[in-house]
Amino acid sequence: MEFFKIRRDIPFMKNALIFNVISFLTFAAAVFFLFSRGLHLSVEFTGGTVMQVSYSQPADLEAVRGKVSALGYQDVQVQNFGNSRDVMIRLPAQKGVSSAQQSERVMESLKQSDPDVVLRRTEFVGPQVGEELAADGLKALTMVVVGIMVYLAFRFEWKFAVAAIFANLHDVVIILGFFAFFQWEFSLAVLAAVLAVLGYSVNESVVIFDRIRENFRRYRKMNTVQIIDNAITSTISRTIITHGSTQIMVLSMLLFGGQTLHYFAMALTIGILFGIYSSVFVAAAIAMWLGIKREDLVKTPVRKEGDAADPNAGASV
Amino acid sequence: MNRYPVWKYAIMVIVLLVGMLFTLPNFFGEAPAVQVSSAKATVKVDAAMQQRVEDVLKAANIPANAVSFDGGSVRVRLDTTDDQLKARDAIQRALVPDPADPYYIVALNLLSRSPTWLAGFGARPMYLGLDLRGGVHFMLQVDMEGALTKRAESLSGDIRTALRDKNVRHSGISRDGQSIQIKAPEAQTARAIRNVITDKFPDLVVAEVPDGAEVRLTATIKPEAARKVQDQALKQNITTLHNRINELGVSEPVIQQQGIDRIVVQLPGVQDTAKAKDILGRTATLEVRLVDESVEGRSAETGRGPVPFGSERFADRNGQAVIVKKQVVLTGENLTDAQPGFDSQTQEPTVNLTLDGKGARIFRDVTRENVNKRMAIILFEKGKGEVVTAPVIRAEIGGGRVQISGRMTTAEANDTALLLRAGSLAAPMEIIEESTIGPTLGAENISKGFHSVMWGFVVIVVFMCVYYGMFGVFSGIALAVNLLLLVAILSMLQATLTLPGIAAMALALGMAIDSNVLVNERIREELRAGASPQAAIHTGYERAWATILDSNVTTLIAGVALLAFGSGPVRGFAVVHCIGILTSMFSAIFFSRGLVNLWYGRQKKLKSISIGTVWRPEQDAAVAKAE
Repeated sequence: MEFFKIRRDIPFMKNALIFNVISFLTFAAAVFFLFSRGLHLSVEFTGGTVMQVSYSQPADLEAVRGKVSALGYQDVQVQNFGNSRDVMIRLPAQKGVSSAQQSERVMESLKQSDPDVVLRRTEFVGPQVGEELAADGLKALTMVVVGIMVYLAFRFEWKFAVAAIFANLHDVVIILGFFAFFQWEFSLAVLAAVLAVLGYSVNESVVIFDRIRENFRRYRKMNTVQIIDNAITSTISRTIITHGSTQIMVLSMLLFGGQTLHYFAMALTIGILFGIYSSVFVAAAIAMWLGIKREDLVKTPVRKEGDAADPNAGASV
Repeated sequence: MNRYPVWKYAIMVIVLLVGMLFTLPNFFGEAPAVQVSSAKATVKVDAAMQQRVEDVLKAANIPANAVSFDGGSVRVRLDTTDDQLKARDAIQRALVPDPADPYYIVALNLLSRSPTWLAGFGARPMYLGLDLRGGVHFMLQVDMEGALTKRAESLSGDIRTALRDKNVRHSGISRDGQSIQIKAPEAQTARAIRNVITDKFPDLVVAEVPDGAEVRLTATIKPEAARKVQDQALKQNITTLHNRINELGVSEPVIQQQGIDRIVVQLPGVQDTAKAKDILGRTATLEVRLVDESVEGRSAETGRGPVPFGSERFADRNGQAVIVKKQVVLTGENLTDAQPGFDSQTQEPTVNLTLDGKGARIFRDVTRENVNKRMAIILFEKGKGEVVTAPVIRAEIGGGRVQISGRMTTAEANDTALLLRAGSLAAPMEIIEESTIGPTLGAENISKGFHSVMWGFVVIVVFMCVYYGMFGVFSGIALAVNLLLLVAILSMLQATLTLPGIAAMALALGMAIDSNVLVNERIREELRAGASPQAAIHTGYERAWATILDSNVTTLIAGVALLAFGSGPVRGFAVVHCIGILTSMFSAIFFSRGLVNLWYGRQKKLKSISIGTVWRPEQDAAVAKAE
């Protein structure tokens, strides 16, 4: 079986400008939604209490909401979790009241109207922990970005490092943009997914850069644009198949993993799809704009005058 | 050229066998069990206990599957949960005659069903996190400022005693935050005070400020001493938590320090979360102070006058006011034990306290000087003090053994002892993170995680086999080996597996196939360019290697960052993610190459290999021409 029967190199770089404009527009939209709507942060970041309760019949959310509000909480979120019988209740952090008391009071009140209700899970995070987690998340993101850039700069060249990081950070911002637009819950697990996808989709850029370097060595007559086109064309089948396989796994998580893994898998899905796009259309284009040359990658050994290690030192013809 | 030396095949076989050995325990599942462990530091569970438990079970006619002893506890594996409950009751009756004062903890537990010979290799099933097995998780923050304030308070008392011993006169000692202010009438006394403090209190630094005719000395705790105080406070709290949790009878509690001022408590399988929270959340501290017996103090006690300077008003458990001095004689830190008991002569219920060496010394001095006066034991919970008991000192008490008696019922004595024990926390604590997972939710999470991994795996392997033929089969086997090694390493390390960890496992497999695709595509490309099959395999693997390394390093960077800065669920994800990347390098490159070499490498005149369609543009063109 072969999906990709490509006769000629696809002229990706001819349309680089269009792709970059599309990228820029999506990016701008993502940033806009991030600022206008903001992320719907989970309790892990904001502090507060989450309770998951389970009823024997489909739950009446309005009644639950009424019961909880009656306890004096202003900003209560009550929603179904996975199915109609499970309800997730989110309470803001309250000074002076311990989480134990909070969840017990809520359960007591819910049990009054329906004694069958079962507490399946509670989670309480103090406000100070939330702040720390947010700070740690940013630190982790910085470390990933810097680490990858240093590695790529060392392994290839700074222009590639900059191109790869731009392309992939643009993915990250777009994932965040999706979460802001749909107001999906942004939890620690989602953060982990975003960082994992950052590391993963840099792979893609690396594979293409690797090929560009090889092509520079092999095809001395091609110009930079041709070389990039050839590199992308010859790796595209592999790009799509590997992303496809990873996506199969993620899809399986999305289908079978339940509500807990839902947004995690969602973040990965967006990350993988945009990862293909950005590595193929964006990263190489940025590298091109930055002006990569054969000389950047194919190092010809420079012979220094008077090098002690040079067996031919001092010899003249 | 596509042949491995024998030792490489040997490595493959050994790794495979070791991997299987350590993965095996995960397939046996868990059986209900009863665990017997020590409830007191003085009581040791030893091999003799195993015999005793076996006898008890035999006498009660309960069929035990296996009875084992592992250093600290005896574990009995049973067939059904019904037997489990019966066995628990039987053992409880035999070993714990007095439930109020247990020597042993008899708890329900789950044990791996894996045979003993596997356990002999140290092969155990993966350690499941709370989100998979159900239970309670708490993170407690220790109030270090509070610990330091308290230390300063007790030091100020010590300084007062030391100055009195040396006959140095001062015009007042007070605590201001975490520093101690000492007023001296003139410079010479100030020097004397300073000498005493530097001599006797190496933990303090003294600064002098002239204040009119007087000199004000400020003593502060040195940073390294402060660190020591904090360290001890944390250790003490962990010990106290251990004791409290023992009362709950949890089979495998985890109590760990996290960072400099946090304690993580995990109680797997605990269902009565309210009780657990109640016992842990009892963030109490204990102080012993003298009751203010001055005229002003007495009148304040009856509500007729203001509380005198240097004293405070607390209520006792019946709501009666007690006026006590601010100076702390002893804190819970010096109390090593508190037990209910009976007076040997009057048969009255009593509470017996045991003090540590320092506490005993202080207590002797204080009681000698204050015979026939009252002493209050105050329990602070959430910043509010309550007088537990305020007995009269009848005589000087030396030796650190204190008996409190009079006007108590047995139940009251029990309560007081429990409160005093619970109160020996060195610094107040607060729950800053908590989660409770019901057992059914845990089981659901396991099955969801398992299905995600399984179906994803199956679809990928089927696709690989269809698309790449024989090479797809090799890739599939390599992927299975990857999963096997990942599970084996996690079992070996006993790293905690959580639901995000399972997600990381799925993701690791999805990403691991990347390396195989890379290799297979490369080989096809070489074939397309006209290389012979053997050469194509060789160059394919060689060329792909650099790319695979690069891409795995970038993924690993992300994994390590998550490991470094992540906590809780992210950490669980990161551990599996990182291990998965490492195992995938092994399985996708070393192992799959081994399989290919074994299959094709021996055939010298290899005409073709099964790697799916190798499409050549010229062939298509040729076919088109023929038509």
